[in-house]
Amino acid sequence: MQYLLMLFSDETAWGRMSSAEQQRGVAAYQAYTEALKEAGAWVGSNRLQNTNTATTVRVADGKSQVLDGPYADSKEQLAGYYLIEAADLDAALAWAARCPGASHGTIEVRPVWPTYGATASASASAATAA
Amino acid sequence: MAYLRSDRVSIGIGGDRSVNLEASARAMASVVARRSYGKLLAYLAADMHDVSAAEDALAEAFAAALADWPAHGCPDNPESWLMTVARRKGIDGVRRRRSGEAAAVQLETMAQMRAECVETDDAESFPDRRLALLFACAHPAIEVAIRAPLMLQTVLGLDAKVIASAFLVSPEAMCKRLGRAKQKIREARIPFAIPERDAWRERLDGVLAAVYAAYAEGWSDPDDADLLHRDLVEEAIFLARLLVELLPQEPETLGLLAGMLYAEARRRARRNAQGEYVPFDEQDMRLWDAHMIDVMRELGGDKRLADYQPYWAARAALFARIGDRREAMHAYEMAIGLARDPAVRRFLQRRQEEVEARSSPLG
Repeated sequence: MQYLLMLFSDETAWGRMSSAEQQRGVAAYQAYTEALKEAGAWVGSNRLQNTNTATTVRVADGKSQVLDGPYADSKEQLAGYYLIEAADLDAALAWAARCPGASHGTIEVRPVWPTYGATASASASAATAA
Repeated sequence: MAYLRSDRVSIGIGGDRSVNLEASARAMASVVARRSYGKLLAYLAADMHDVSAAEDALAEAFAAALADWPAHGCPDNPESWLMTVARRKGIDGVRRRRSGEAAAVQLETMAQMRAECVETDDAESFPDRRLALLFACAHPAIEVAIRAPLMLQTVLGLDAKVIASAFLVSPEAMCKRLGRAKQKIREARIPFAIPERDAWRERLDGVLAAVYAAYAEGWSDPDDADLLHRDLVEEAIFLARLLVELLPQEPETLGLLAGMLYAEARRRARRNAQGEYVPFDEQDMRLWDAHMIDVMRELGGDKRLADYQPYWAARAALFARIGDRREAMHAYEMAIGLARDPAVRRFLQRRQEEVEARSSPLG
């Protein structure tokens, strides 16, 4: 069973950190990613650029409307994600609690619709097909 | 589902054999539903990891029983019969609802669980997963307000309408919210497991609240005639015992059990012949259940309850009433010592003085 951990945090905080703090932050995320991989729980993860690089697209009446900015303006922004494999919600929540993002932001844990992501190989083959 | 439990036992009169068979099959189904609904559902729900699908499968199994038993006779072990049929219906349901890989994954987990459940004719052949189901319903990922209703519906088979009235919500709203909670259990894969000790505290409160709500619902029955309500009381006490057994370090579980036994011991004295409520101080003590009071007395030495104030307060009142001055004085002392609220402390001190005055030669 796969879960998407969505990391929300105040994206302006990064810029206010000293370079030593930033290095510690990066190391903490690397260690967390390593731990997930060692446990065989890691499926994928990425850090996202700030929301000032975001663009939204919506198609209405066959025309695409492109807008500058993120979908939702909020105090904390989606800053990255981990896609993990976990036996059940408790296991996923335990991984979420260990994520450095849980200490400087909020993590939303969402189960992945099983038909499309029941196994890592299924998503890999879907990616190849696309 | 509650209609299964509230089905009245009706024995056919007259010489028509088919009517009798029909009636005894219905009676048996009704007995099994009352006796084992929660246990069957808890096992199936954990098995299928889907509460609503388990409810549907179990309902279909009961319907099949009502069709099959009059023709072929009641099976020796109706629980096993129902479980076997319900599983088959459940597997059909998974195939119907889900397609391809998702169905394969779910069927595989069901098969794994099947392996641990030995097929025998013994009624206890499948493990009791009711507590695991209770803890799944009390999971922090479930909306707080719906936890107790969810437990009442799944483990005790209470009708959504009854639950709605108990929680002062419209039946439609209650049904919708119960449905949403069950969907969350299924889709987010909330585990059916008794959590680690550090996660108990928060969830246990919810479980205890539901057990007590079931007891209170059973207690409210005015004339003792309603089988459903009698069963709720027994079931609540049974679940409390099970909790005490499984979580031996928790004083709250023991406190709840003791509290329910304390109330239950006085069941027959609670109302007079006209069905009117009799205040505690005027109850006929000969109608109290001596056995349950003995159990209460034994619980008194339990170290786990040493710091549990409500237990001592209830115990003090009970022993004061049956005239056991020594036990009552001791219990009041404990309750007063543990009371954090000054008003409660003053009240208990007054009661203690009354006991002392009543039993002194001058009083």
